[in-house]
Amino acid sequence: MKQNHQMSAPLRRAIDFLKTYDGPEVRIMEVCGTHTHEIFKQGIRQLLSPKITLISGPGCPVCVTPAGYIDRAVALALDHGVTVCTFGDLMRVPGTEMSLSMARGRGGDVRVVYAPEDAEKLAAEHPEKPFAFLSVGFETTTPSSCLAVDHAIRDGLDNFTLLTANKTMPAAYEAMKNSTDLFLYPGHVHAITGLADVKKMQQEGVSGVVAGFTAGELITALAIAVKKYGEGVPFYVNAYPRVVTDEGSPEAKQLVAKYMEPCDAWWRGIGMLPDSGMRLKKAYARFDAAERYALPEGNGKDNPGCHCGDVLQGRCRPEDCPLFGTVCTPVHPTGACMVSSEGACSAYYLYGGEK
Amino acid sequence: MEALPEQITLAHGAGGKQTSALIHQIFERHFKNSLLTADDAAVLPRPGHQIAMSTDGFVVSPAFFPGGNIGELSICGTVNDLSCMGAKPLYLTCSFIIEEGLEVSKLDRIAASMAETAEKAGAVLVAGDTKVVGKGQADQVFITTTGVGEIVSQNPLSGAKAAPGDAVLVTGDVGRHGCAVLLSRDEYGIDAHVESDCAPLWKPVSAALKAAPDLHVIRDATRGGVGTVLYEIAHQSHVGIRLHSDAIPVDPSVAGVCGMLGLEPLYLACEGRMVMIVPKEEAGAIIDALSVFPDTQGICQIGEVTAEEPERVIMETEIGTQTYLPEPGTELLPRIC
Repeated sequence: MKQNHQMSAPLRRAIDFLKTYDGPEVRIMEVCGTHTHEIFKQGIRQLLSPKITLISGPGCPVCVTPAGYIDRAVALALDHGVTVCTFGDLMRVPGTEMSLSMARGRGGDVRVVYAPEDAEKLAAEHPEKPFAFLSVGFETTTPSSCLAVDHAIRDGLDNFTLLTANKTMPAAYEAMKNSTDLFLYPGHVHAITGLADVKKMQQEGVSGVVAGFTAGELITALAIAVKKYGEGVPFYVNAYPRVVTDEGSPEAKQLVAKYMEPCDAWWRGIGMLPDSGMRLKKAYARFDAAERYALPEGNGKDNPGCHCGDVLQGRCRPEDCPLFGTVCTPVHPTGACMVSSEGACSAYYLYGGEK
Repeated sequence: MEALPEQITLAHGAGGKQTSALIHQIFERHFKNSLLTADDAAVLPRPGHQIAMSTDGFVVSPAFFPGGNIGELSICGTVNDLSCMGAKPLYLTCSFIIEEGLEVSKLDRIAASMAETAEKAGAVLVAGDTKVVGKGQADQVFITTTGVGEIVSQNPLSGAKAAPGDAVLVTGDVGRHGCAVLLSRDEYGIDAHVESDCAPLWKPVSAALKAAPDLHVIRDATRGGVGTVLYEIAHQSHVGIRLHSDAIPVDPSVAGVCGMLGLEPLYLACEGRMVMIVPKEEAGAIIDALSVFPDTQGICQIGEVTAEEPERVIMETEIGTQTYLPEPGTELLPRIC
């Protein structure tokens, strides 16, 4: 049986540095939910000296999607007879009355797809039915929603729409910058956007490191972050250069700029953040499910006992929520941070907290 | 005798000439043996030992997937359930719920692979039933199989017998069946080819029982995969299980697909993999004995049973940390990014 824990010398040095770090105390927020889960799955918190604290931030698109959005998606399926296509994560997120999973149980046509283009393809194959894709996500997923609209125009479809709740990461950085000493920036977001946003944060005096997703990439990024923090000067470092470039992906950015525009957006647990969302431009309103089906606005109602908002902003740990692990579990989630596979509460629960 | 049309109709389930034609031309032709008669029940020689009995329903969609089909699966599932109890599979029955419109050629392929798989396991199909339901009331075909086996292991096997110090073995790479079925649904537009591990395992299990007479636990890692089975054993035996992540065999294509969809191979179904828990001094003998069978040549040790942290499965990571393997509890859903 293999059991050699072979590690490269630089990785070994990075781990030794993080374990023995004795400089000023530092709080690092991993903004991205995928980072949070990988950190737990790999047990990376065990490698950190007591002087280093990791905080889980709001970077899970499912967690910050408000109950009102789920309500509108449920209404599309049950009241308007629309086939609702969604990423799997959203299925069990509670709305005010019910989740999409429950809506399916009540006869709504709700389907899990892996990409917006799959929903567009379904619409092309079934011109007799209306389809809506639940366009939820950050900069990583927004371009593929725009691509689906692009294809719907190409294919002359009149039965495909998006229900948008797309959000942008810089708004989260701005909202969270006082909750942390520095950020672990999400690599796949900056693969699309490039480094302009993190440079801007540095100019505002906020430091951070762009990190990849393997254990080695996360450990390396953390070691760089802690080391540079000790120098006392605001900085940014791209520790994921094999994927992230200065300019990002011009094609993806152009696609988004063609079809979408910034808008104010409601973040579950945090509230309204100006210019933090993306919606379809007026010229493409026929692809906007909210416009087409005249879906009423409304932020929905979350469980009042749920502390998701504080968890998302790094103000409390999941275990500090009175519902955690008792009323709220992955099987019966009360809040989005527990239901999402990228949520902080789900990570704490599944991996048994900080072992 | 009535000739079979290209597709199943409701008349094939009505009990008349067409039912008779279906039974003779498909099931009897493939399942032929001296115990399978036209009478109301099979008359079976009584085995000399205790018998084990198991039943299972199969509703996989799609019915045909890379590396197998629902018929092969229906035999493997029941044969392997019997094998896990140290029982040599002897007799099988099968019940078909067929959707009107199913192509007869598909049913023929399903029956042929059932006969072939049963023969590989050393069992015979002795009785069956056919029902045809209207279009839309089933998904092509559902099959239920029931099996009777003769207990041949010296010591009873049970999920409650794992003991601290035991070795935890898995008989090959994990998660292939679940991944193959997921890909064959073609919902995710992922261009990868993964074949199911579907296989009847009585022969390797029989060899394991001879090589390691004190084998404690054998479980097939079907729905819920290896991770779920390990938690079941940890609960049943009230022990901890420690895994070494770098020892868990995963096919690179399966790992790639799981990475893209945010799934964990340890929770994907296997249909030809066993988890075996055995005193550590017998682990080498089992690995040697099973390495010669094509379906279990990937057998390896992935961890050990511990007295610490009862009912938890601990993962030792490749960076030297320890985490808990999350206990599965909900439906697997691909994540957003």
